[in-house]
Parts: sequence; structure tokens; C-alpha cells
Amino acid sequence: MAFNKNSNGYTFLFAIVMVVLVGAILASLSLSLKPQQKANQAEKKMMNILGAIGVPSERGAVKPIFAEYVTARVSIDSEGRQVNSISGEVDPSNATDPFNIDVQKDYRSKAPASELNFPLFTCKKDGQDLYVVPVVGKGLWGPIWGYVALESDMETIYGAVFDHKTETPGLGAEIKEGFFQAPFKGKKINNVAPHFAVVKGGAPTTDYSVDGITGGTITSKGVGEMVDRTMGIYLKYFQSAPKAQK
Amino acid sequence: MSTDTATAVAPKKESLFSKKNRRLLTDPLDDSNPITVQVLGICSALAITVQVQQAVIMSLAVLFVMIGGNVIISLMRNIIPDRIRIIVQLVVIASLVIIVDEVLKAYSPDISEKLSVFVGLIITNCIIMGRLEAFALGNKPGPSMLDAIGNAMGYAWILLAVALVREVFGSGAISFPGMGQVKFLPESWFMANGGFYENNNLMILPPMALVTVGVIIWIQRARNRSLIEEN
Repeated sequence: MAFNKNSNGYTFLFAIVMVVLVGAILASLSLSLKPQQKANQAEKKMMNILGAIGVPSERGAVKPIFAEYVTARVSIDSEGRQVNSISGEVDPSNATDPFNIDVQKDYRSKAPASELNFPLFTCKKDGQDLYVVPVVGKGLWGPIWGYVALESDMETIYGAVFDHKTETPGLGAEIKEGFFQAPFKGKKINNVAPHFAVVKGGAPTTDYSVDGITGGTITSKGVGEMVDRTMGIYLKYFQSAPKAQK
Repeated sequence: MSTDTATAVAPKKESLFSKKNRRLLTDPLDDSNPITVQVLGICSALAITVQVQQAVIMSLAVLFVMIGGNVIISLMRNIIPDRIRIIVQLVVIASLVIIVDEVLKAYSPDISEKLSVFVGLIITNCIIMGRLEAFALGNKPGPSMLDAIGNAMGYAWILLAVALVREVFGSGAISFPGMGQVKFLPESWFMANGGFYENNNLMILPPMALVTVGVIIWIQRARNRSLIEEN
């Protein structure tokens, strides 16, 4: 071979060309798959919201079910004032649609709450008004999130779903299982802080707390923290909103 | 000239499917199996063998990354500077894994969720790095591809065997991509419904994967005495 493939110059050149090439390939792939991935995420979000009010749904057939149960998508500011309310088809390109608020991004951005809007989904199931609140927080290894549905008294929990990115399998990861989520039903959000808590496994629970997961203490606490913190904001809205047909 | 007709018609250039090259495909299935003999890639074999469905997807992903990695590195083997060859291998593997991950996210989101961190872990799957360093760097793309297929298959059949045992005894079901999980035992057999049968929950936990792999190694060595080390 004519060139010395172990010279410093060649090594640098090789590394630079390789990085630029690989970067370009991956970036273009990521861009071309993005719309499809976004659609999947939106679908998953709808499934989670429906899951919180106890309506089963499957990928590919979520949209009509979502449109049937979710009557309006509301956004509120940190003082509990309503900013926007939209009903009808979800439009992924409409930035003012509360469905498109990325609560996880907002949470990570560390922006002051006064600059953010918070989404709320009002649903109707079996003649009862339900309010689904998205919650986000921190687990042990990464983000955790979920949806908490409140009954028409805006106080009693109707149902809750949680999910996580990288919690420990068998311990913290159990927050996505039914046995952890079921006890939330029937619990209440307290009007004064702390609004809600997840307590140590086996400790006595009150109306405003549920049992945590043994061995998954930090994840359990994360769930309690995110429900408590988020409800603190939404309570202002619930208290000012007319308590409609009870 | 030889009277053997087989050698008479054989082309001067070594055929891709010569005896030597065929061994590249078949050896990793048994004699030099990456999991049971070389004991590489154990982590993923323990982690994602709860369901056959996940094992199939993981095997396909590893097959893809392995073939891609081996062929690409083999093609570049004469221009890769020696001093950064490991980094080059890592970049190639990592890019291929990201491609797999992105495609799964777009077209098979449910499976992508289930595999979650394990797709990323393909990057650290020692089998792949091992084959790139030990084989692809010194051989032509053709044999490298066969070597990749052989090793990926050797990995895959162990994964599938372990997953099959664990799912059948742990969940009383068999799953396959696109078909979901099929429970083949009648519900009335289960103790909860007054029957006599109970799923073995231990099977779902990681330790049983280790035991299952151990049993496979035991059977393999009992059949193939050449694998037993002399003391």
C-alpha cells in the first residue's frame, strides 16, 4: 500500500471522515422516521389516558375510542386559570392543542411554573365527568410518568396508570403493574399539602396515600412526589371551576 | 491430476461454500457456540428469555447487527488504522444498533417498549465485538458474513431454547411476534380454578435462565465429549 495507514495524519483523517459520514447517515435516518415515531407516541398517550379511566384500547384503533370518551382538552396556567379548551380531532401540528403539550419536556426544562401551561383531559364515561391529569417525575434511574383520573367531585381518584423508562425490573418497574395502580382508586386528593403520598411498604395508609413497593422505595416516592406536586397546581383550577353535575 | 471429480470441477478460487467456509456456519452452533462454549453474551441470554417473542426479535436484531458489523469491518479491514480499530468497531456496532432501535420505534413500538434497554445493550454484546476483532479484521467479506450468520445463529438457538423452556413452564404459554401470547393450557387446569396445575413463577425470574443455560451446557457436553477439558 502506498500510504502509511498507521501515521498520525491518516488516523486523524480516518476518524474525522468516519464520524462525519456516520453522523450524516444516522441524522437522515432519524429525520425520516420521526413522523412515524411521533404518531406512535401520540397513540400511546391516548392509550394511557384511556387506561386511566379504565377503557381498554389497542394500537391502531385508538383514535375513535379517544374521540368517543375524551370530550375536551383543556390547558391551564400555574394559577389555575383556563388558557385554552379544544375538542374534536387531535391535530399533531397544532401547537395550541393541549394534547400536544409535552409535560416531560416542560418538567426537564426547569422553567418556572408560571411560564408553563398544563394539560387536562375531560372525559365522559357512563354519564360521569372524569378529569385526567398527566403527571411526570423522577424515578431512581430515569423519568417516570403517568395519568391520574379524578371523578366528577374533582377529589376522588377514579384510576391511575404509571409507566417508566428504566426503573429496576421486579422492583421500581412494578409501578406499571395493576397491583400497584389498583389501590389508587377511591383515594382522595387532599386540599392542603401534602396533597397525596406513596408511603413505605406495609405502613398504614390514609385516604390520601397508598402503599409503596418494597425494594422500590425511591421509585415509589417519585410517584408520590409527582402526584403531589402536580395536583398542587391543578387544585387551584379545580377549586375555581364550577363543580358541575355531581 | 487428481481423479477425484469434486476437486477437478472446483474453481481455482476458494468457493464461498467450501468445506472450510461451511464450518464457519456450523461450528458456532455446537463446537464453538458463543454462549455455551465461549460463554459470551450471557447477559442478554439471561435478561430477555422470559418470552419467545422477545427472544426472536432480539435474535433478529443481533443477526442484523452481526452481519452488518462483520461485513463492514471486513470491507474496511485494510484501511482501518490499527491504533483506533476498537473505536472504529464500536462506532460501526453502535450505528447499526441505533438503526435497529429507530426502525423498531417507528414500525414496532410495542416490541421496542418491551426490549427497551436491551436493544441498546446489543452494543455491549461481547459476541459481536469478539467476532469483529477475531474474525472480520483478518478475513474477506464473504467468509466474514458466514461467520456472522453462524455465530448469530448459535446465539439465537440457545436464546430460543431457553425462552421456550421458561415461557412454557413459567407462563404456560408460547408467544411469537405478530401472534401474541397463546395460552395452550385449559383454564380449568389451574389451581385458582380448582385444578391441579400451577405456573412455576421461578421460571420467569433471571436465576432460572442461568440454570436452564447450565442444563443445556450439561446436555451438550454429555453428547460432545471433545468439549470436556482435561484436568
